Amino acid sequence: MRRSIAAALGVAGGMLAGAAFIRRQGASRERADLYFEDGSMLSLTNGSPGAERLLPLAREVIRNARAR
Amino acid sequence: MDAQQALADLTEISSQIEAAVVFDDQGKVAGSTLAEGGRADELAKAVAALLAAAEGVKTGESVLTQLEVSTGEGSVFVVRDGKTSIAATTGGNPTAGLVFYDLKSALRSVKPAAKSAPAKKKTATAAKKTSTAASAKKKTAARKPATRKKPDAS
Repeated sequence: MRRSIAAALGVAGGMLAGAAFIRRQGASRERADLYFEDGSMLSLTNGSPGAERLLPLAREVIRNARAR
Repeated sequence: MDAQQALADLTEISSQIEAAVVFDDQGKVAGSTLAEGGRADELAKAVAALLAAAEGVKTGESVLTQLEVSTGEGSVFVVRDGKTSIAATTGGNPTAGLVFYDLKSALRSVKPAAKSAPAKKKTATAAKKTSTAASAKKKTAARKPATRKKPDAS
């Protein structure tokens, strides 16, 4: 009985850890890439001040495009 | 090519693109994949705001030509050429290079339409010139035999 409870708890804990890992991976994928005429490129990852300004605006663009 | 036609071709070619809009620096929409005009205007406004924010982020003097913002909900792509811009939204994990390529192709096919108007005028004037030149030639051709006939007649 105790073993099965421990196994269930282990599985649940593993699932939670996996979900958190996937979520974190997804969040870290959020970024803004800016390309300039001279060939230079600026990549702003989630958490940087530039990305913090651009990401909400991009979400709004996507919501506008998908609104029915 | 018409902007609307270019966007229709774009969505046919690229299955990754969900919605797209072509607009100028004044926010005037030239074409959109969205059915309602009001929604296209809103989308163009939102993209213009995104571009303005991106302009604020940049550090150098060079002009911003392309932009990709990837979020958990999807991605936004913008390609700008002079005053005309094309923006598209996609789902998660798009093939960025392919989307940029398709957007550039679409924008290139839209741009000549704006430039072709003066070109048509030129061709019209050129046609006029050729027609006047042809008529002048005809006149001279018509005159020449007359001048030739005189020595023949004598």
